[in-house]
Amino acid sequence: MALTTESTPSQGLDAAARLKMLRQMLTIRAFEYRVGEFYERAEMPGITHLSIGQEAVAVGVCAHLNRNDYITSTHRGHGHCYAKGAGLVPMFGELLGKANGYCRGKGGSMHIADRETGHLGANAIIGGGIPLATGAALSAKVLRNRGVGVSFFGDGALNEGILLESMNLAAIWNLPAIFACENNHYGEYTPTDQVTAGRLTLRGEAFGIPSAEVDGMDVLAVYDATHAAVQRAREGGGPSFFVFDTYRYLGHGMSDRTRPYRSREEEDEWRTRRDPIERLRNQLLEAGHTSESELDAMGEEVRAEVEEAARLAQEAPFPDPEEVDRHVFAD
Amino acid sequence: MSSPTEARQLTFSQAVNEAIREEMDRDHRVVLFGEDVAAAGGVWKVTEGLLDRFGAERVLDTPISEAGIAGLGVGAAMTGLRPIVEIMFGDFLPLASDQIVNQAAKTYYMSGGMTSVPMVFLTSMGAGRRLAAQHSQSLQAWFAHIPGLKVALPSSPHDAKGLMKTAIRDENPVIFLQDKVDIYQKGPVPDPSHEYTIPFGRADVKREGEDLTLIATSSMVRQALDAASELAAEGIESEVIDPRTLAPLDEETLLDSVRKTARCLVIDEGYQRYGAGAEIAALVGENLFYDLEAPVRRLGAMDVPVPFSPTLEDLTIPGKEQIVEIARQMFED
Repeated sequence: MALTTESTPSQGLDAAARLKMLRQMLTIRAFEYRVGEFYERAEMPGITHLSIGQEAVAVGVCAHLNRNDYITSTHRGHGHCYAKGAGLVPMFGELLGKANGYCRGKGGSMHIADRETGHLGANAIIGGGIPLATGAALSAKVLRNRGVGVSFFGDGALNEGILLESMNLAAIWNLPAIFACENNHYGEYTPTDQVTAGRLTLRGEAFGIPSAEVDGMDVLAVYDATHAAVQRAREGGGPSFFVFDTYRYLGHGMSDRTRPYRSREEEDEWRTRRDPIERLRNQLLEAGHTSESELDAMGEEVRAEVEEAARLAQEAPFPDPEEVDRHVFAD
Repeated sequence: MSSPTEARQLTFSQAVNEAIREEMDRDHRVVLFGEDVAAAGGVWKVTEGLLDRFGAERVLDTPISEAGIAGLGVGAAMTGLRPIVEIMFGDFLPLASDQIVNQAAKTYYMSGGMTSVPMVFLTSMGAGRRLAAQHSQSLQAWFAHIPGLKVALPSSPHDAKGLMKTAIRDENPVIFLQDKVDIYQKGPVPDPSHEYTIPFGRADVKREGEDLTLIATSSMVRQALDAASELAAEGIESEVIDPRTLAPLDEETLLDSVRKTARCLVIDEGYQRYGAGAEIAALVGENLFYDLEAPVRRLGAMDVPVPFSPTLEDLTIPGKEQIVEIARQMFED
């Protein structure tokens, strides 16, 4: 069953709400670029995967969620974490392995979580978080708290069996689950269409889950598409599946510099014609909701905020050695 | 009201059923799901009657979808429920391994203590039912190897009930293995008016003795007790100790016994190679090497896939005869 996404509740969003979305996307992008700098300067341990280009999906979906709703995220998950409400200092702290990180430095970029804002965690297993968010939806149903469980995952997870098992369970139990696929067209270094059979939304439709393909480079389109689905989930109407068409501007990870599997022309096309930040920015200007100078000021504020958070995280101490065997088991 | 000494006789299956029922009565967050657990009452009758008592929202039949049900269980445990997920045969745990090993076991640690995963994976283990290689394994060592998981494997209906109640109340993921040959064996279980739990990490001395320590798990405890009777007739007094949980492991009780007897044989039904017996033998060797009168020995299942034909299968399962034989060797100089 195809999902009707023709309603446009975003028309009801006032200038302040739209500016907030823009600011969130700008913050995610500035955060990601700052993470890249940490990495380039060898000031960050491990590996990291940046979500530059994909900001609209995180922001557009999370705009409908509150703290009692749960999300799970991916190895490319900094944007989801921020959009769900996390703060920049403990985010940077976690990525740097510091004691002030959300997970006390024990999770890192690929496992960042924030219980307070309903973020159950990024996951370094492709598809690993999907059943967890679906299980959160089961909790919401049993506990009758009107919560929803949203799993963000990439196109790589479309070929993991756990997605299909989770969809089947969500469908038979009519769970308030949202399956949010970010199709950035590459699973690591391999083009998705080369390794993925079938129309993508059919994976949801096969289970009778309302499914839709959405322009993931347009935050208002994402917002509109998911608005009704979240409402329906809260009211006991069951799961939905979205495939958001989006693009990863940089490589899979920081070491993927030359990206031999795709052309620079293709990258330029997405960056210059479909960029989600430019798009909303232009819409806001055209509608007279803001001015160039106001937007420049916002950009400066965001950059300063991100820089200050990065500085605070960098100055924070590493975990004490006694932290190493704490939290293996809960009391 | 009967006293614990004049206890009822229950099967393992009935004892675990009673534990789940009591805990579901006690805590509305406890839910149960798995293949055939609701309407059919489970293939081992462990969940019989629970659907009628608690309704379809708390007792759910699932598709044959081990990874999915395990994963939803983990997510539900992270967000306010306390699921018991039945994986019918321990051999099917590998289908759910990512959810058990990479998700359930690690979430509390990776989140820096923000999110715990209070849940039970209820499953079966053991050979002897002529079920062949994919329905007969004892994979407890796999899971005891993983930090963040607890592993319980009771050897009596009494222990099964007490350990299951503890498992459900635990804040961590617990793998609970029931031996499928013993599952309809009866044993004394106190009347429900005498509520009890058995703490994890506390071994039970099933028989006292001065000459030899037999450390045995699950159905191997019965084999060890039978062997101990036979050895007693030869003048060898065995102490039989059941760790009851492999993780956490009651090292103190095990080592105290071996300190006394100076001889130790470990019996566990997992494959012998890299098994639970190897871990416990290493523990004894590291701590008591100079107190020992004989090398520590271990006995596990033969390192072959469990064969179907009864004459072959029986060769692979550790039992009383082998225990007696090894014990005798330990007293030869």
